[in-house]
Amino acid sequence: MHPALLLLTDSRLPAGGHAHSGGTEQAIASGAVHDVPTLAAFLKGRLHTAGAVTAALTAAACAHAASTTTAPITGTPGTPLWGRLDAEVDARTASPAQRHASRTQGRLLLRVARRVWPSPVLDGLAAESPNPHHPIALGTAAHAAGATPEEAAMAAAYHAISGPATAAVRLLGLDPVAVHGLLATLAPDLTAVTAGACRAAVHQDPGWAALPACSAPALDLLAERHATAEVRLFVS
Amino acid sequence: MRARAAVATVLGPGGRTVVQRLASAPPLTLRQTGPYTVHLVSTAAGPLGGDRLALDVAVAPRTTLELGSVASTLVLPGEGESEMLITARVGTGATLRFTPEPTVLAAGCEHRLLVRLTLEPGANVLWREELVLGRHGETTGRCHARFDAIRDGLPLLRQEFTVGDPALDTSPAVHGSARCVGTTFLTAVAKEPRVADGVAVLPLAGPGTLVSALAADAVGLRSRLEWGERTTINGDDSVAFGGDGPVPGLQ
Repeated sequence: MHPALLLLTDSRLPAGGHAHSGGTEQAIASGAVHDVPTLAAFLKGRLHTAGAVTAALTAAACAHAASTTTAPITGTPGTPLWGRLDAEVDARTASPAQRHASRTQGRLLLRVARRVWPSPVLDGLAAESPNPHHPIALGTAAHAAGATPEEAAMAAAYHAISGPATAAVRLLGLDPVAVHGLLATLAPDLTAVTAGACRAAVHQDPGWAALPACSAPALDLLAERHATAEVRLFVS
Repeated sequence: MRARAAVATVLGPGGRTVVQRLASAPPLTLRQTGPYTVHLVSTAAGPLGGDRLALDVAVAPRTTLELGSVASTLVLPGEGESEMLITARVGTGATLRFTPEPTVLAAGCEHRLLVRLTLEPGANVLWREELVLGRHGETTGRCHARFDAIRDGLPLLRQEFTVGDPALDTSPAVHGSARCVGTTFLTAVAKEPRVADGVAVLPLAGPGTLVSALAADAVGLRSRLEWGERTTINGDDSVAFGGDGPVPGLQ
C-alpha cells in the first residue's frame, strides 16, 4: 500500500470531509438509524451501493489520470475526456443534493491536493473542471500522490463509510470503540467492493458506460430531505 | 424460452402516428388498443428462469406511442436466470409513454431487467418501472435491474438496482422496510427537487427528472410515483403529458 493512501483517507486531511454525513444525519433524524446495529445495516447498504459506484469512478479517474500522464492525448495532461467522465458521474447521481455535496467535496479536495501533491495532471483537471465530482478529484489526487487505481478505489470505498460512521458517533453519542469495531467488521466488504470497482474500471478506460451505477433509493430521499431541513449539523 | 418482440411507429398522412410494426413473440404478445396505444398481453407464465425475452421499441420522429401492459409480470424461478431486455429509441420530437404494470419478483426467481433507452433531441419520454419484492407474505426473489438513458450521445441517467441480498435489502440506506420500489424517468424538467413521504422528485444534471419512490404496497407506490410525475410535469410548460387537462403533443 502506498503511504499517500493514509493521508488521503485520514479524516484530518483538511479537505472538508468532516462536514458531510452522507445521509446519516437525516437517517438518524428519521429514526431509521438509532443504534449500532441499525448503523451497521445503513453503512453496509451505503458501501455496496453509493460506495461501489464512487469506488469504480475513482478507480477510473485514477487510471485515466495515469494514461494522460504517460500518453497525453492532446499534448497536455488533462484531456477533454474529463468532461466525459464527469458526465458519467452526473448520470449516476440522480439526487441534486448528492451532486452538490460531491462537487463541493471534489473542489475542496482538488484545492488541497494541488498544494500537497503538485502535478500537471491535477492542474489540468482544475483547468478543465474547477468543481470536479469527488471521485474524479480523489482518483486524480491518488494518482498524483503515487497510488494505483486499486488503492484509489479502496480510499473511495472507505470514505463512503468512515465519514458517516463518525457522524453517527457524534449525533447519537454512540460508543466510538463499538463503531470502530463495526468498521473493522466491514473490512471484507471493503475488499470486495474495491475488487469489483477495479474489475469494472481499469480495463474500460475510456469506455466508462458499463461502470457500476448501483442506486440507493433511501439515500436519495434522505439527501433531498436533508437539503430542506431547517436544523442540521452536517452539510449532507 | 427465447422471444423477441417489437413495436415501431411511422409518421402517417396528416402527421398522424401509425403503428407500423407489431411483432409479437410469445410470451410477449402485443395488441394495439388505440390509435397510438399498445398493450403487452402475456400469453404464457413468467418469465421463468432460463427465459431470454427482448422487446424492441422504435418511436419515429414526431410520432407518439403509449405502451402499457394488461397485467403485472410475475417473474418465477426456473432453470437459471431469466432476462428481459428492452431497447427503445425515441426520435426527434417523438413521444413515448411506457407505463407497464409492476414486475413481481416471486421467491426464488433470478431475474435481469435491462433497459437501454436512446433519445434523439426533443424526444419526450415518461418511463415508469415498478418492482414488487415478492408476492404477499413471501420473501423476494433476486433481481438485477439496469437502466441506461442516452440523450444526444451523452449519458443522462444510469441506474442499477439489486434485490435479493437480505443484508442489503433491509438496509435503511437502500430501501429499509419497503416492499415496493419504483422510479419514473421523465424528459420533463422539474423546476426544483421535491421530497414527500417515500418519494423524491430529482432533477437530473441533464435535461430530465427521476421520480424515485418506496412504499409498503403496489398501490401506495403507484400513487407516490404519480404524485412525483404530476409535480414534475406541472412545473414544466414544455411537456407532452398534461395530466387531467388537454394533452399538447399527443395527436
